[in-house]
Amino acid sequence: MNGDEHLHEDRAPGIEEHERTANVLSYTVGLGLAIVATVASFIVAQTDLLWPPGAAVGLVVLALAQIGVHLVFFLHLGSGSDDTNNILALAFGVLIVFLVIAGSIWIITHLSANMTSMPMN
Amino acid sequence: MTTVTAEVNQPTHAHEGHGGPAPTRIVVAYGFWIFILSDIVMFSALFAAYAVLSGNTAGGPTGAELFNLRNVFILTMCLLLSSYTCGIMMLSAEQGHLERLAAFAVLTFLLGAAFLVIELSEFAEMVRKGAGPSRSAFLSAFFTLVGMHGAHVTTGLIWLVYMAAQVVAKGLSSTVLRRLLCFSLFWHALDIVWVGVMTLVYLMGVQR
Repeated sequence: MNGDEHLHEDRAPGIEEHERTANVLSYTVGLGLAIVATVASFIVAQTDLLWPPGAAVGLVVLALAQIGVHLVFFLHLGSGSDDTNNILALAFGVLIVFLVIAGSIWIITHLSANMTSMPMN
Repeated sequence: MTTVTAEVNQPTHAHEGHGGPAPTRIVVAYGFWIFILSDIVMFSALFAAYAVLSGNTAGGPTGAELFNLRNVFILTMCLLLSSYTCGIMMLSAEQGHLERLAAFAVLTFLLGAAFLVIELSEFAEMVRKGAGPSRSAFLSAFFTLVGMHGAHVTTGLIWLVYMAAQVVAKGLSSTVLRRLLCFSLFWHALDIVWVGVMTLVYLMGVQR
């Protein structure tokens, strides 16, 4: 009986129910927000709108915002019960990415600072 | 105990996480999500290498001298719009609109191909100017990171053609729909990686 039920569930009903939140409007809103974030990034990079030494921070913030928009509106990561596992996996991925990038920059910066600079010919 | 009652009374509760195994579609998407995250972890190593090496130009050209932000903006828009058309393509597939599915698959392919053509012509121009991957550590890291993203886009385009053939040959069966779902996850993930490339490599590169 159990097997039959799952066979049934694999078909259309499951798909219908899961995708009700994902519609054209959601993708269009996501596209609009992503374009706004992209244009803002290019403006920040090419003008002095932000205090120049802080522009890099502004760019990182805009990039994170745009990644958030992509995750919510394109990949439909939300707060539904099916999403708990997806979000936990994402959190683990973000942790590893942070450790690899921030750790490398940290270590190599210290390494370069401690190297006696050699004359380059 | 709760699982037993849920199974007997309301099989629909399987969607809410307490009625036995989740539907195949959920399991497949989760597995592919794990793959995408591991792919992003691989990209993070390339990002770290680029961040560490981007200053080591060995007397050669810097990013500020090489990058053309107008082209980067066009590349970004191509990829963003193709992500959008890919989403609409997926919706059309789930609703069974074959004509809309075909139209948006073609749009997705053309935008992805435009991205690839512009990127490759930019690479060719850099190599012609003597700024190839062997010029400096900065350029090695640049071509590895951006080239790896381009290789993923190429894979995605081949996969899209393959999926179109499957839709033609097998119709919109639940298996084909699940494969299309995996493709759309892959394509959206590429756009997320591109946001990182655009910001770290190009926008921050022209600032130095």
